[in-house]
Amino acid sequence: MAAFDFYPDYEVVRNLDRCIVCRVCERQCANGVHSCLEEKNVMLADDSQCVDCQRCVLLCPTRALKIVKSDNTYKQNDNWGKKAINELIIQASTGSVLLSSMGNPETYPIYFDKLVINASQVTNPSIDPLREPMETRVYLGAKPAAVERDDRGRIKNNLPPQLKLSMPMMFSAMSYGSISYNAHESLARAAAELGIYYNTGEGGLHEDFYRYGANTIVQVASGRFGVHKDYLNAGSAIEIKMGQGAKPGIGGHLPGRKIVADVSRTRMTPEGADAISPAPHHDIYSIEDLSQLVYSLKEATEYKKPVIVKIAAVHNVAAIASGIARSGADIISIDGFRGGTGAAPTRIRDNVGIPIELALASVDSRLRNEGIRDRVSVVVSGGIRSSADVVKAIALGADCVYLGTAALLALGCHLCRACQAGKCNWGIATQELELVKRLNPDIGYKRLINLMRAWKHEIEEMMGGMGINSIESLKGNRLMLRGVGLNEKELEVLGVKHAGQ
Amino acid sequence: MKRVYVNEKWCLGCHLCEYYCAFTQTDKTDMAYALRGRKIFPMISVEDSGAVHFAVNCRHCAEPLCVKGCITGALSIQDGVVRLDQERCIGCFTCILSCPYGAISPAEDGHAVQKCELCLSTNEGVPQCVKNCPNAAIVFEDRG
Ligand code: SF4
Ligand code: SF4
Repeated sequence: MAAFDFYPDYEVVRNLDRCIVCRVCERQCANGVHSCLEEKNVMLADDSQCVDCQRCVLLCPTRALKIVKSDNTYKQNDNWGKKAINELIIQASTGSVLLSSMGNPETYPIYFDKLVINASQVTNPSIDPLREPMETRVYLGAKPAAVERDDRGRIKNNLPPQLKLSMPMMFSAMSYGSISYNAHESLARAAAELGIYYNTGEGGLHEDFYRYGANTIVQVASGRFGVHKDYLNAGSAIEIKMGQGAKPGIGGHLPGRKIVADVSRTRMTPEGADAISPAPHHDIYSIEDLSQLVYSLKEATEYKKPVIVKIAAVHNVAAIASGIARSGADIISIDGFRGGTGAAPTRIRDNVGIPIELALASVDSRLRNEGIRDRVSVVVSGGIRSSADVVKAIALGADCVYLGTAALLALGCHLCRACQAGKCNWGIATQELELVKRLNPDIGYKRLINLMRAWKHEIEEMMGGMGINSIESLKGNRLMLRGVGLNEKELEVLGVKHAGQ
Repeated sequence: MKRVYVNEKWCLGCHLCEYYCAFTQTDKTDMAYALRGRKIFPMISVEDSGAVHFAVNCRHCAEPLCVKGCITGALSIQDGVVRLDQERCIGCFTCILSCPYGAISPAEDGHAVQKCELCLSTNEGVPQCVKNCPNAAIVFEDRG
């Protein structure tokens, strides 16, 4: 066989007129790409190890570096593209399942980009959010179907427990283990300051973070890692994770090298041993079984906390959501196929699941048609990239969105999609102390707050433009959307008209 | 008075502070042209040992041993800042020997010493090392 499998996909380009041989790039690259040839005082690079995380590019003080996509090319072939060939070559030499991370990067349609938002002109006034009150607060949880009165005619408080958010956005489940302590601290502190929630993910809750409980959603997944009574009671809501958009139908696998001291204690699993979450919950094979878990968790927390059921967006998502709404769950969370992950088999990530826009529209329509939309709140995730996506998701019927990838980008992630290697140069998806310290939560939490505040302002502006002054009036208001370049079937599923109609 | 404080926990050992310090001492506006092909003589230095890193520069002590020991009066305290008059320094290096932090070093020409004066000459209000540290591992604060 050849000396190496294939020419590297990315090349490190160093402008020698600008390089001062400070060796910052060398010190900052956990993949060992850069090195210094001391006797000649020049820097060298091993492109084959580069994951294009951009750490060296952004820390180089003289802007001497850039990473470019290699123009080395195979003979043009529209069927066998470079990616397909290279992946096959890797498998031929390793015999392994391909692993990837973060969301599906393939060229499927992005429906958010084919939906446009309405604005008021002449016949209904728009609202200036800087002058007039604008309500972005949302409450998540089941809403009572009717007003109930006691025998003396007084209104009974029959409102089930709710989550109160200052804006319709929260941070999605990312476990301690898959991301670092400092990433968790940043998310927790930002959620607390913003009056929203972050989600522990399936790895348990580090004892240091119990104090952010009022802004925490604790997750219970198929591996039940780190689940105990105090954990369940530590947060404000409990999420049962049935599925994840990046890898519907399969479980999780946190490699033993990420299970270091604190992670192992928090997960209640042995240090260094792989933590494997089974694909199904072994006690759930039906909606009735799910209902039992929902009520066990409610029992354990004295019916004081809403229970969320999280599923991946798959073909029959609407029917599944209808079942979940009847299972006693208070909130349904649906994760689309663009949703992120710390590690997933590439084939699953890139080929399984459906777009969140279509899943959301069909779930919302189904629950409305069945008259049970009020029984649950709907939270969506997997592909929300901006405040405009948030507005579109709410108009399609969501109560709130979960942000995972967007939050990590604010913390420094550059989507190199190499999380599974555990050597994140930005200190996020790693447990190596030398790397974890690169994310200073004092900086990180402020960046998250900046991002959320900026999006909130933008949401208010778009709402004002539509003449809407409350998120509640936007929810499921699909008349505020029009499709561009969508066919009849797509418009039908989305429940929107085409632009011009 | 505002001083440079070290948050050792967050220091990456990237050594960027040293390069920004060296750059500030030049009269150039571009770091590449200022420092390319040159050995640098920063007034802040990063200590590395395994996973531990921290940057050390002048602490601007209330009772500085360097000032006490200086035989020519080149070192003095002005508004709390330990200042150096390089014209008066004869390069005896008494201060280098007496500074417990190793914060004074010989200047590039070897005839006098050099030390951090908190970038007072740059008028930016914050020392360049602090301004350019990517992880807030050194901060410029008044801690009384
Ligand atoms: S960080 Fe930039 S200037 Fe420093 S050695 Fe690397 S390429 Fe050269
Ligand atoms: S610039 Fe900051 S992080 Fe880098 S070595 Fe200096 S003090 Fe440490």
